[in-house]
Amino acid sequence: MDSLDDYQIPYGLMAEFDTPADVLHAAEKVHAAGYTRWDTHTPFPIHGMDDAMGLKNSQVGWFTFIGGLCGFFGGMLMIWYMNSYDYGLPVGGKPNFSPFSSFPVAYEMTILLGAFGSLGGMLFLNRLPRLHHPLLKNLRFAEATHDKFYVVIEADDPKYEEEETRELLKKTGSRHIELVNE
Amino acid sequence: MADHSAPSSVTIAPPPVELEREPLVANQRSIGWLSDTVANVIEDKTPRWWWIAITISGLTSLWLPLGLIYLISTGVGVWGLNHPVAWGWAIVNFVWWIGIGHAGTLISAILFLLRQKWRTSINRAAEAMTIFAVMCAGIFPGIHVGRVWFDWWLFPIPNANSIWPQFRSPLLWDVFAVSTYFTVSVLFWYMGLIPDLATMRDRFRKVAGKVAAPAARLRNKVAQIFYGLFSLGWTGSNRHWRNYEKAYLLLAGLSTPLVLSVHSIVSFDFAVSQLPGWHTTIFPPYFVAGAVFSGFAMVMTLMIPLRALYKGMDEIVTTRHLELMCKVTLTTGSIVGYAYGMEFFIAYYSGNPYELYAFKNRAFGDYYWSYWLMVSCNVISPHLFWFKWCRTTPWFIWIVTIFVNIGMWMERFVIVVTSLHNDYMPGNWGYYSPTWVDVCTYIGTMGFFMTLFLLFCRFLPLIAIAEVKGVTPFADPHHPLGGAKQ
Repeated sequence: MDSLDDYQIPYGLMAEFDTPADVLHAAEKVHAAGYTRWDTHTPFPIHGMDDAMGLKNSQVGWFTFIGGLCGFFGGMLMIWYMNSYDYGLPVGGKPNFSPFSSFPVAYEMTILLGAFGSLGGMLFLNRLPRLHHPLLKNLRFAEATHDKFYVVIEADDPKYEEEETRELLKKTGSRHIELVNE
Repeated sequence: MADHSAPSSVTIAPPPVELEREPLVANQRSIGWLSDTVANVIEDKTPRWWWIAITISGLTSLWLPLGLIYLISTGVGVWGLNHPVAWGWAIVNFVWWIGIGHAGTLISAILFLLRQKWRTSINRAAEAMTIFAVMCAGIFPGIHVGRVWFDWWLFPIPNANSIWPQFRSPLLWDVFAVSTYFTVSVLFWYMGLIPDLATMRDRFRKVAGKVAAPAARLRNKVAQIFYGLFSLGWTGSNRHWRNYEKAYLLLAGLSTPLVLSVHSIVSFDFAVSQLPGWHTTIFPPYFVAGAVFSGFAMVMTLMIPLRALYKGMDEIVTTRHLELMCKVTLTTGSIVGYAYGMEFFIAYYSGNPYELYAFKNRAFGDYYWSYWLMVSCNVISPHLFWFKWCRTTPWFIWIVTIFVNIGMWMERFVIVVTSLHNDYMPGNWGYYSPTWVDVCTYIGTMGFFMTLFLLFCRFLPLIAIAEVKGVTPFADPHHPLGGAKQ
């Protein structure tokens, strides 16, 4: 027990593929085998991958919707408070607050907070930003943003069994399978 | 083991010759080639033309602080503004710059919703252009208020006088429209950059062990930290892509009504007033079409030199892309030409003598030269794009886009100045000319814009790498080139 390697905790098994079709079919097989804590890593989103992995529709829309709602009513409330309630500003005999003249600003606020909701919701659901990831230490994995495709099954998965999982990944046609440590 | 190298068993009947389209990335380039080509722009030695260009643009941008400091330290009297023309070059420049920005959002949002895949090659640079153009635009209203130290009164911030902004004024709507536009454009642009920043991070990481020279090692380390920090730990995970694509779609859906509303609200600055020549209902759609028209011209003004200067870029931004952009320019240019004619007709048909006078005065009054310059640049030049040769010859397109840029600046000049200089009462009439300070500030913003754009080209991936990869046949799991077998 002298080497540091002896103390390392496995993060998971990483299998490399050359084409989007290969990784798509591999994902179908891994999903069929019943794994839950696993992922595919690709340089661009692959059409049909969500179905192959058995993923449901993304929930980002709720963040956008709530952001937009806050923006619209927040905007209206702000204008009513500022121009009518807190300090009435009579201009040209027009009402101090009107939903019509307030609409453009409330509309822009809807979009502004909706956009923050979308980006923030995406980052929140993805648990990003994160400063460290075991895969990002692996030099071979750097190709995941270039032109290679990966399936990674985490060691935390209840079905994970190093030999069996390696066998499954081999069957999917991967030419390079590697154990990645934490 | 499955044989990956023999997809030739799959046969897809080729389309008839007349339906065959030029591919989005020329010469069947692989996805690896795409990231290499785009990343090499950042990784290679800085080209000499870049140093020359940034020297010129940097020196030009110094005119901006010169104009601003002189203006602020002396007072707005140094501009050509006076009674009756109280909105001069500053507002012309503001509307011109904001309009230029609109093409970037049209490409990134509206063309995305319309599933125009060719947008992927140009959207990154066009969005960068949007952001820099809006930054230039934002300077002008800020200094036009006169007492710039009270600029913060534009925003709903509590102040010692306990008075809030007046929300019934279109000028205040504009504050919200433009600041929202800028913020959302930055968010959208940044989100698109995340996967590509991760590509850059990983490229610098891959070569880190091979770099020996201390200066190069430092550069590599700084690049890894910079791209690593801003790529937020992106790993290309499909569980992430799923949320990412949804957020991208939603941002596109939000940016579409946003971009249409921004120039509509800019046009309200004019249309909500009572002035003949400004008080027209055609303004919102006419302004939006004009904005897209000028913006596409500016995209081509920037992209045509870039694709010639950077190796391999003309295979990503192909002649087909230029041709399609020319077609958008032709369409929006035709809408603008129609609007010019319709304005005249309605001025006549309204039976309002002041309205009719305002338009006659535009074409034949003191500022006739600006009107005819606008018409010749905006109405004639886009119609050259009916001819295929004109749409597919880069140097020729570039010259036309310069005319469109000039013409659209003249359009805003015509709208702002000719309407103000002769209104209802002849005792109220006057002639407006800019001073050297107006000119200096405007040229300074051009230098500022070009400097930012050159820095963007040097340090950030100027093509959306992940998106362009996604539209090649190599990315399609159901295409033989994507590895599909039958």
